[in-house]
Amino acid sequence: MFYQGVKKALPVAIGYLPIAITFGVVASSAGIPARMIVLMSLMVFAGASQFVAVNLIASGAGILGIIITIFFVNLRHILMSATTSEKLKKQSKGWLALISFGITDESFSIIATDPREDLPRAYVFGLITVPYIAWVSGTAAGVLIGESLPALLESSMEIALYAMFVGLLIPEIKRSNSKLKVVILAVFISSALSWSPFFNLSEGWIITITTLVSAIFAARFIKVEGDRVGK
Amino acid sequence: MALVTYIPRMFPLVILSDLELTAFWRRFLYYIPPAALSALIFPGILGATDSSIIAVIGGIVAAIMAYLKFNLLTIVLSAIAAVFLFQYLI
Repeated sequence: MFYQGVKKALPVAIGYLPIAITFGVVASSAGIPARMIVLMSLMVFAGASQFVAVNLIASGAGILGIIITIFFVNLRHILMSATTSEKLKKQSKGWLALISFGITDESFSIIATDPREDLPRAYVFGLITVPYIAWVSGTAAGVLIGESLPALLESSMEIALYAMFVGLLIPEIKRSNSKLKVVILAVFISSALSWSPFFNLSEGWIITITTLVSAIFAARFIKVEGDRVGK
Repeated sequence: MALVTYIPRMFPLVILSDLELTAFWRRFLYYIPPAALSALIFPGILGATDSSIIAVIGGIVAAIMAYLKFNLLTIVLSAIAAVFLFQYLI
């Protein structure tokens, strides 16, 4: 059972490796100490929000801004967790608390599309463990690479973080016209807040406010229809 | 940070299995990732290298590579290469 979960998650784990390495390299070039980077991956295992955190830290955002932004980026995990709980209803709360650590987009879709009503514990455990190991090792490898990069490359590395965000964003808007509209709105708000003489907010707060305002406005006014379903 | 990413995932799984979000809040969560990513990219990217123009070029390269469905590492490396090249051309 455990090994069946492992087998199923192997492609996910392999897919995580380049991303984890990239994360390690980018984080170390942003000046974050190696120990913190690996610790982040060990404790967080949340892909996108780690990237968010790195950028916010690098831009000197205050702790509160970081927490709020990450909180909302991760809020969508509530949707995923709520659906997953359907399949895992009979488990003990302690077990649920443990495995919810490992719920990511990928493990969620594997769990949600499983035809079985009730998934064996060992299977779910195998599903979560392998990608987690890949994620942490990849990050460590990335940090090692990042620290041995010549200074020449260092200056080109600044773009790495943004390239990563772009790389994450494009697939989202490729299959969704409504998300494209949100992007345009967010860019507008973000620019307005950054360049207007009326405001003097730190970058962290601008990011947080832009995210929340755009998402709320979109939820109210932008229809979701027309989006292509599935990855 | 670990707490802040763990709690929103642990909380509903353990406690709120019966909770039904309204359509509005579900849409809100749906729009958070693109909104957050956009806010992070712009206008921050303009300060990424010594020249805003080169930074934008790097961003465009990343966008093209992403559109062509290359994996994340390739996308990032391409953007770095583009910036590296242009910094020495100009």
